[in-house]
Formats: sequence, structure tokens, C-alpha cells
Amino acid sequence: MELTDFLNIPPYHLNSTQKRELLNEYLGQLTRYHYQNCEPYKKMLDAYGFDISANAGYEAIPFLPVRLFKLFDLLSIPKSEVVKTMTSSGTTGQQVSKIFLDKDTAANQTKVLTKIVSSVIGKQRVPMIIIDSESVLKDRNMFSARGAGILGFSMFGAKRIYALNENMELNTDGICEFLENHKGERIFLFGFTFMIWQHFYKELVAKKIKLDLSNGVLIHGGGWKKLAAESISSAEFKQKLNQVCGINNVHDYYGMVEQTGSIYMECEAGYLHASVFSDVVIRRATDFSIARVGERGIIQVVSVLPKSYPGHSLLTEDEGMLMGEDNCPCGRKGKYFKIVGRLQNAEIRGCSDVYATKF
Amino acid sequence: MFMQQNFNEVTCVFPRKFEENLLLAQKASMPFDNMAVQFLDALSKQLNTDINIRQYPDVATFAFFCRKANIFNLKKLYDTNEGLRLGRGIVFHVAPSNVPVNFAYSLISGILSGNINIVRVPSKEFEQVQMICRAIEKVAENDQFMEMGNRMLLVKYPRESQATKYFSSICDVRVIWGGDQTIADIRRNQLPARSFDVTFADRYSFCVINADELVHGINLERLAQGFYNDTYLFDQNACTAPHLVVWLGENKNVEKARQMFWDSLSDLVEKKYNFQAVMAVDKLTAFYSQAIKSDRKIKAEGNSNNLWRVQIDTLPVTIDEFRCTGGYFSEYHAQSLDEIAPIINRKYQTLAYYGLTKKAIETFIKTATPVGLDRIVPIGQTSEFSLIWDGYNLITTFSRDIDI
Repeated sequence: MELTDFLNIPPYHLNSTQKRELLNEYLGQLTRYHYQNCEPYKKMLDAYGFDISANAGYEAIPFLPVRLFKLFDLLSIPKSEVVKTMTSSGTTGQQVSKIFLDKDTAANQTKVLTKIVSSVIGKQRVPMIIIDSESVLKDRNMFSARGAGILGFSMFGAKRIYALNENMELNTDGICEFLENHKGERIFLFGFTFMIWQHFYKELVAKKIKLDLSNGVLIHGGGWKKLAAESISSAEFKQKLNQVCGINNVHDYYGMVEQTGSIYMECEAGYLHASVFSDVVIRRATDFSIARVGERGIIQVVSVLPKSYPGHSLLTEDEGMLMGEDNCPCGRKGKYFKIVGRLQNAEIRGCSDVYATKF
Repeated sequence: MFMQQNFNEVTCVFPRKFEENLLLAQKASMPFDNMAVQFLDALSKQLNTDINIRQYPDVATFAFFCRKANIFNLKKLYDTNEGLRLGRGIVFHVAPSNVPVNFAYSLISGILSGNINIVRVPSKEFEQVQMICRAIEKVAENDQFMEMGNRMLLVKYPRESQATKYFSSICDVRVIWGGDQTIADIRRNQLPARSFDVTFADRYSFCVINADELVHGINLERLAQGFYNDTYLFDQNACTAPHLVVWLGENKNVEKARQMFWDSLSDLVEKKYNFQAVMAVDKLTAFYSQAIKSDRKIKAEGNSNNLWRVQIDTLPVTIDEFRCTGGYFSEYHAQSLDEIAPIINRKYQTLAYYGLTKKAIETFIKTATPVGLDRIVPIGQTSEFSLIWDGYNLITTFSRDIDI
């Protein structure tokens, strides 16, 4: 089975039986590929006691904690074939994940992202407002998940404008002019949830400016940690944005640098959806067994994309809840779920430095 | 100097106000001086009047340690080669932030060795810390012990504070608990020329169980409870907590003993341990890291993230790197004690044992003469405080031998 077989399937059309059959076969194949091409991966699977010859189904494939990509260089290709190394946006001093991409994997990430995003904004490229500063791309130190996200989504924009200057100040004149020039057209907006809130929404409120983005589609991601601290819910976020710019088409997405491309897009009903290219499995922390629908657990993500590195089955550090499969009110097939939040850092007793002793 | 610097962020826990001149004017005293012993005994009694003490076994243990009978017993150990000794002067203790009662043991070692003591207590709000500080305050109100109260200062302050710099500049001995990073941070603050540090760094501990004895042992539950206290009670993050379990004995006994021991421990952990979800991820990460870094195949056993057991069939010298908090153990079946000699490096602190004689271990240590290992105690006693800690005799270390 080839990855191209997947690429021709519409992202949300397969029911659970059809999807499972495809994932079992292709992810099983990927597991064998990485086992043969990545020595550390082989050691992990051997230690786990995984029988590589048995085809037990994709949920039985061991999941690697994403933290391992911070601790080890994990790749299934010769280093000479690496065309791009993606890093996670760790804060200063923290170790960052390193994800090694070859030409094919990078190209496939783009293809899959296109499929998923065009299901929300349409197949045509449209004028795009990036709610961030262009300096994110210029600064090599900052070029990480945030820069990669902007670059990845920029391909959907026909004309592009960055809404913030290098001091993260809102360029209202530029935006008004841009909107004037593209009156009546659909406008695509992209940014990171907290940036939008802090530097776009709050600025519009402070400056008492109303924009007309009733034709706009906003895609945003990056997590709710900071907004949760301000007690802003997803519903409130949408409602407030609507008040300042009339936008009513807003989609959060869930994704990570370790599985770029196969992101989980929020539907009209407010749930995140797994496309045919990936899936989530919610696992109980106590024994990693699979949680029931509506039961909170640690999110495992699988994706058909990672070929240059063994990242097709990962355990995140996020908690989530499966809400159902194939029966979301929005009409999309596949699993739909909610994010509960980041796993809490453990409160650890004992005389040792907690963080220093952790690996 | 302290007053001039105006350390706003410093909270004086005891006394409520820091009288710098009064503290600096204090003199050294003799180890186990009568006043000190009386004070600790009064502290012990005061703590026992606290109705909450039953909820805090660590405070109860501390109170028990402080009673006169125990202190006199300890004193005897020092009486044998009595010369002329006096405390070194001011001991500045930086206590670990995650263990509530440790500060108090550090303090009393400073008191018993004849010193004036400044203690940085954990900034986290532990009820145990408050109980002990309240008791000290109460006892020091007594005229008889006012002098003792003048000889100590208990403070709380944030990590970034300049107070560390100040206290370091006036102390004769600085005692740093809390691991390598804390030690490096605190050491950026200079000490006076004659002063020195006593540091309790990150250490590695392990245990040895003789399966031939265990299979006949009748006290399995007590052993499991002891092991639980050694490990889970402090999230397997105390320097004394074993991370490696070495089995000795015949194959069939080891097999049986393992089963008995882990089943018994697992029951306890299931009942008592407050498992946190992120620990599941931590342990899986530790396991895969160990798999990648090991030359030989390793294998995990068990079916709950509460308790991870990793079987290894060789004992690599790097075994001390493979550790995790919250219940993660490597297990190895050794043919004899001699097999573990090569792995013991400077990081090794405590060896806990079961089913071996003290004599056998003593012989092993005398033959192997490792650079590591400072404590050898039965399983269940690893976290019991002793005036000999990490290879230091705290009383002699904190005091001066006066040549006369």
C-alpha cells in the first residue's frame, strides 16, 4: 500500500470500519519500515516486546512519548537525505524536539495539510491576514513551530499581509486598506490563539476599532493554556471576536510539530476531528488501556505521514476526551474529540531537584 | 548589614523579627550541651501536645528523635573519645524544598554540635513545617530556653533573593540539601575564607534482596511496607530511595520471591499511592530511553503504570542513569554481591538490604572498597535520619577539635 492511496481520499468521508482497515494496513507497514530503518526504534519495540510480524491492528502499535524526540535524534533515513529539521517552540533553556524531514515526507505534509484546510476555506487561494509578525520568520531562533505554522498555512493565501509589526503592534491602517482592496472576497485569517487574543482582539477593543470580517474564515491553533489562565473559553473567544470584527467562521486546530500536516480541525459543532490521514486514541493513565467515549485520558496520535522519522504513533502530553465517531452533528465521519489540557507537572516530594533529575 | 540591605522578601518564621546583632553576638557551645538536650526534649514534648501530630507521622518521628533518652544514647557515641570540642559558630542550612521535616533534622544537628543556626525552611506551605516552627516558638517563650531561641533564625525567602548571599557571608558552615543544581546555584555565593560547605548532592540508591531468605520469610507485608516507605512515600525522589533491585539466591527462589514481593508491594501502591497521570508518560519515556541506551535487550513487567519493573540481564555501569520518579525499578538477578562491585560509583549513597547479615555486607565492602556507598541499612530504614549522613559525621563536621 502506498501513501498516495490515502491522498486521493477526501479527508472526512470514510466510516470507522473502512478507515480502520486502511490504517491497520498502512501503519503496520510503516511500523515495519521504521523497525528496519531506525535502530533506536527497533530497540524500543524489542524492549516493549512488540511482535513485528503479527498484524495486530494500529491501536496495538507502541506509541513513543513525544519527549523522546527531545532526548534522541530519531530518524529512519540517512542524515544526508534530511532536507529540513523542524523544532518545537520550547522556551529558553528547554530542550526542543527535533523532527527530521526528507523531501517526500515534507511534500506529503503539505499535501495533507492542503486537503484538510481546503475543506474549511475552499480550494481557491484567497487573500490572507496573518495575525503575527513577519519577524517570526526572519529570526532564526524563533523559527520553530510558530514559524513553520505560518509558512505552512501561507500557501493558502493569494495575497498576504502580516497584521502585527516587529513590536507586535497591530497595523490597523494596513489591515483596513487590505480589506478595502478585497471587499466582497473571502478572507482567510491565521494565527496563534493567544496572539490573536492579546494583540488582535484586545487591541481592537482598546482602540475602539470595528473591522468587517463577516466574510472571513479564521484558523487558529497553539493551545489554550494562556487563555485558560484568563478564564476565556472557546465559545467566549468566538463570541468576542465576532463582536469586534463580525467574523463567524472560526476554527481551532490541534496539531504538533511531531506530526505536522495531519492536523485536527475544529468543526462547526466545536469538536476537533480526525481526518482519514490520522487518528486519536485516548488512553487511561493508569495502564494505557483505551478509554471509553467521554472518559478523560492521555491523547495518543497516529498519522500516516511520518516516514523519515519514527513518529507515526505518539503519546502526547495532552489530555483529551473522545466524544464519538462517525456521528458528529457537523456531518463529518471519523472520530471527534475535545482537548482537556496539558498534563499537569507532577508534584513530587523528595530531596532531589525535581527537574534536574528528570532525565 | 542585613538591616541596611532591607530584604523585604525574607519572612522570619522564628523569631518573628531578626535581631542581627543579637544573633551575631552568640557564642559557640559544646556538643550535646545540657541546655541543648533539654531544649530538644522540651520541643519533643511540645510537639506531642499538638493534636494534629497523629496525622503527620514524619513529625511524630521527629518528636520521637528529639526526646532526651534518644539524644543521650546518641551522645554516648561521642563520649568515648571526648576531647575538647566546640561548635564551629554559625551554621547556615539550606533545606530541600520538597521534604517538609528535613529542615528540622538539619537544625538539630546544628544545635547538638554546638552552633548558632540559620535555616532556610521550605517556602512551600507545609503543615509539618508550621507545626515544628510553632512548637519551637512556644518552647523558646519559656525563660529557661530564651537563650536557645536567640541562637537560631528560621527564614523563608524566594530562590532569587540576595539573602543567600548575606547568610553565606556570615556563616562558618553552609549546609546545602537539595541536589546538584541547587548546590551549584547556592555556591555562586561566596563564603568567608575559613568557612566550608557540607553538601548533600543528588545520589543514587539501590537495594539487595536475598530471595533464599524471602521465600521463607514470614513478614512479607512488613518488608513491602518498608520498601514502600523507602520509595513511594517520597515519590522515589529522595536520594535514599532505591531505583535498582538486585536479587540474590537460587533461580527458583528468585522467581518465587519476585512474585511474592511485587504482588505485595503492588497491593500497597494500589491502595495508598497518589498516582499522577503525567507519571505514566515519564515512566514510558524512561523505559524507552533505557532501551535505546542499553546494549542488551531489556524487558518491562507488570500491567499498571503505578509500578514499572524493568528486567535487565546484565548490570551496566551506567545503570544509575536509568531512573524515574514515582515507581520505576530496574531488576537484576546477581550470582553474588561481588557482581555489583563494578557499578558502585561516587553517586551511590544508600544500600538497603533484606535477608543478608551485616557481616556479609561488611566483608563485601571491605573487599570491594568502592568510592561510593555511604549508608547500608535494612529495607524500610533508608529515610530514617541519622547524625551520620552521606558519609559525614554531622556532629564532628559541625564542630572543632581544640588541641590542648
